[in-house]
Parts: sequence; structure tokens; C-alpha cells
Amino acid sequence: MARGARAAVSIPAFILTAAFVGYAGLARETGLTLAETLAMTGLIWALPSIVVLTGALSSGMGLIPAGIAVALASVRLMPMTMALMPIVKVPGKTRTWQLLIASHFVAVTAWVFAMKNLPDMTREGRLPFFIGFGGAVTAFVFCMTGLAYLLVERLPDMVAGALVLLTPVYFLCSLWGAARVNADKVAMAAGLALGPVFFVYLPGLDLLWTGLVGGTLAYLGTRILRRGLF
Amino acid sequence: MTDAGLGDTWWWPFVMILVAGWLATDVWRWLGVFAGGRLREDGELLIWVRCVATALVAGVISKLILFPQGILAETPLALRLAAAGVGFSAFLLFKQRVIVGVLAAEAFLLAGWLGLTALQGGL
Repeated sequence: MARGARAAVSIPAFILTAAFVGYAGLARETGLTLAETLAMTGLIWALPSIVVLTGALSSGMGLIPAGIAVALASVRLMPMTMALMPIVKVPGKTRTWQLLIASHFVAVTAWVFAMKNLPDMTREGRLPFFIGFGGAVTAFVFCMTGLAYLLVERLPDMVAGALVLLTPVYFLCSLWGAARVNADKVAMAAGLALGPVFFVYLPGLDLLWTGLVGGTLAYLGTRILRRGLF
Repeated sequence: MTDAGLGDTWWWPFVMILVAGWLATDVWRWLGVFAGGRLREDGELLIWVRCVATALVAGVISKLILFPQGILAETPLALRLAAAGVGFSAFLLFKQRVIVGVLAAEAFLLAGWLGLTALQGGL
């Protein structure tokens, strides 16, 4: 677990910090208190859902509609967690409650990092590493979000813009690095192409459709290449 | 709305954060744990699930580049696409080192942005 915590001093931690520093500014402009901002950072730990709930809180939306909006923004976490489970689990030994705790740290950044780095480790070491990594990154980003809320008035335009570009470029490179079979790379290309299409024509559930359609096409296409039609 | 009177109490935002935030998000992670627990590491089903998750994350990437939030939205689309392309090419060229790709993309973006600003200032 300590090794995971040490590995947290890394590019993904820096990139997440940058993203949450940007969010702290938004939260303050929206009128959220410091305690509310930090509670969302620690409890939800998925930036798109946090941004959706921020909008809901500021517009006085009711509990149920806000919950549905946030749940729609978080569906993506389910297939991501599913794909991670066989990697972190030691069959017959790992308890479900350990996996439930670890699952809280599943968010795009930590997931990409885990898919890329965990397969190179011993099976027993993976879950402690992931929890150590996730816990350390969460704690660090939590503190930096609080500091940014208190200290950063407004970032210069170009700095803010450069911070926003960090995330997609980091995902682009490390998702390619995490690909283990051709199907992963084809799925990535399909997702890149379909994401904007579904965003324009089916906003709201666009990411889920991108994943299901793009992923299934990539799976079927590469399966036919591997095994023939039947 | 039945919640209208509750919006003014100090604790209502925290109920919102717990139920509409924490629960609405973590329930998907827990479902993923239970559904993923039965997957075999070498199974066909896992390859499909990985494809779906990978395509979904790739969708996040292209949305962030094509439709960015905030100030980055004011840069030309061609500049953002070129910066991402330069970053990814640098990543592939230099033994797939992520840091090289990220720095190359940022350098390209800032250089292009400064250049455009200077051009507009000169007109």
C-alpha cells in the first residue's frame, strides 16, 4: 500500500490536481461553501458528477431530479469498475468489502493508470497498491482543492486554458499505453470518432452509447479477424 | 416544489451531496464490483467489457478536445486538434512516454495561442 502511495506522486495526480483547482474556482463563483466543495470532492470523487451536482445545487433543483442527473453522469463508472475487478482480485482470497472500498477510487484518471500499471505487478500486490494509490491521490487532491478555494482568485486565461487541455492529452496517451490487445486500440479509435456524434445527437446518455456502440463494434470487428465469422 | 422550504437550511446541501451525489455515484461502482466479480480474466466477455469501457473513456477525450469548457473554448478547433495530434505523435515517437506527449501538446498549444494573440494584436 505504501508503494501505491509513493507512486501517487505522479503525472496523473498532477493532472487531477489541475482539474480540481479549476473546479474550486467554479465552486466559489457558484456560491458553494468550502465545506460543501470539499464534501463533494471526497464523497463523489468523479469530476463530471461533481460539476452536475454543483449546477443542481445552485439552481435549487430537488433531490430526486438531481440524483437522476448525477446517476446518468456516473453510469460510465460501472463498466470501468467491471473491467478492473478481474485484475485487482485474487480469486478465492479477496473479500467483497475490500473491493467495495477500492471501487470508490475508480474514476477515469485512476482507472487509466491502473489498467496501464497493475498488470505488471504480482497479483497479491495489486489491490493494496490500488487502494494506496487511490487514497493518496484523493487525500492530496482534497487538500489542494481546499487551498485553491481559499487562495486562487482567478487564473490567467492562458494558464486556465492550458490546464483544461492537460486532461484529454494525458488520457489519450495513457489509454493507448494501457491497451493490451488490438481490440482495445480499435475500441479507442471508435470511441474517439463516435463520442462527438452521440454528444450532438443524443446528449445526456452520449457517453454510454459511445461505449456500448463503439465498444461492441470494436469487439465484433476484431473477433471476426481473430476467429473468422463463426 | 416540496423542497422549496428546505433550500434555506444549512444541512440541506449536505443531504443533497450525500444522496444525490455520493449514493448516485458510488452505486454504479458497487454494481460494477458485483457484475465484474464473475468475469474471468481470459474470457471473451471481459474483452467486450474492456472495449466498452475503453470506447467510453475515448468518448470523454474527444468531447474534451472538441467541446471544451471555459476559456479553452475560445481557441480555434484546429489549434486544439493539432496540439493533441502533436502530443500523441511525440508520445509514440519517444518510446510511449506520457510526460513527453503531455509537454509537447502543451508547448504547441501555448505557442499557437500566443502566436494568434500576437497576430490579432497586430491587425
